[in-house]
Amino acid sequence: MYAQLVKSEGSKSRDEMTPEEIAFQDRIDRNEKIEPKEWMPEGYRKTLIRQIGQHAHSEIVGQLPEGNWITRAPTLERKAILLAKVQDEAGHGLYLYCAAETLGVSRDELLEKLHSGNMKYSSIFNYPTLTWADMGAVGWLVDGAAIMNQVPLQRTSYGPYSRAMIRICKEESFHQRQGYDIMMKMCAGTPEQKAMAQDALNRFWYPALMMFGPSDKDSVHSAQSMAWKIKMNTNDELRQKFVDQTVPQAEYLGLTVPDPDLKWNEDKGGYDFSEPDWSEFFAVIAGNGPCNAERLGARVKAWEDGAWFREGLMAHAAKAEDRARAARHAAE
Amino acid sequence: MSSEWPLWEIFIRGQHGLNHRHVGSLHAPDAEMAIRNARDVYTRRNEGVSIWVVRSNDITASSPSEKGPLYDPSNSKVYRHPTFYDIPDEIGHM
Ligand SMILES: [Fe+2]
Ligand SMILES: [Fe+2]
Repeated sequence: MYAQLVKSEGSKSRDEMTPEEIAFQDRIDRNEKIEPKEWMPEGYRKTLIRQIGQHAHSEIVGQLPEGNWITRAPTLERKAILLAKVQDEAGHGLYLYCAAETLGVSRDELLEKLHSGNMKYSSIFNYPTLTWADMGAVGWLVDGAAIMNQVPLQRTSYGPYSRAMIRICKEESFHQRQGYDIMMKMCAGTPEQKAMAQDALNRFWYPALMMFGPSDKDSVHSAQSMAWKIKMNTNDELRQKFVDQTVPQAEYLGLTVPDPDLKWNEDKGGYDFSEPDWSEFFAVIAGNGPCNAERLGARVKAWEDGAWFREGLMAHAAKAEDRARAARHAAE
Repeated sequence: MSSEWPLWEIFIRGQHGLNHRHVGSLHAPDAEMAIRNARDVYTRRNEGVSIWVVRSNDITASSPSEKGPLYDPSNSKVYRHPTFYDIPDEIGHM
């Protein structure tokens, strides 16, 4: 998902756990929230930092593909909507960074790890946004897939993460609806506009399916994360739900999902569909997608170009504090 | 020296006259910027009519390990709740 490949711990059986670990697991099983200063296994803390960090990075890097179209939106209204949507994503990143910081990692450390390539962000943001229809496809499919994953995470065991997810989910449905609205307009437009919408779906379908992470048979260590309730569903469960939800929406638009093997399966009550090309997924995650260098480059440049500004404001704040202190002394 | 902006805890009072409520935190160089940033990060949809910002370092919190002992004394004082008292039905609502 927004955290697609989170390294986690091997799971432990109850006899291998210390008394503290057993008490901790019991709290989670009772659906108690774990709060920042409370005792937690080191593995729980580390896995959460990786997962929340990856999630935060995805929100921030995720602004770039859509930011690409802000200056070229077809109307002033569309421009204002897209701007508001991208600003929300910045907010989501900030909520999540703060949640990660409650676990004892600093903001600078998280950013340093993103910039050096030691922490990942979702593979989906390494694809280019070539036409205006891509803004529709991103809102509809990418935010749609994000919602699928984030809704259950509202019930995650870690208090600050859960609260961040609740805030995010409240804002997310506008994102998906504005995307679908763009698709509806394009599909009701000229044949060229409809073809553009079809082309966007063709390019984003499989990358959207990859957002849920590798197939369950290949995803290592998700058992421990599920026991700790920092992962609420398996990758394949969520992917299936996403396909089942999205296919009728594509049909309504009169678009064709680019999968010749897509077929309703009455027995399982869901669609059979083709898996994405996992070798492409691993290549993109490893840094070799179409836009990896551009995306990371833009983040690093923004961080470096902003250094004088961040330092300047700190210097100003320190001076103002000194002046206030001196004034207090003089008055005494 | 790290130039990381300090962390602030953000409290917002919504439209309906309730108390300020903790909504999250953010980094800012000083209190004034913390309020401006809080406006952008936490009230994009009219969530509030008043913002408080407090340096996270200035907050003293009760320790989680005291959870039991700290609140124990109130457990035995059931007479603090109205349901402790039986009032005859004919008295009506009280
Ligand atoms: Fe988001
Ligand atoms: Fe979104």
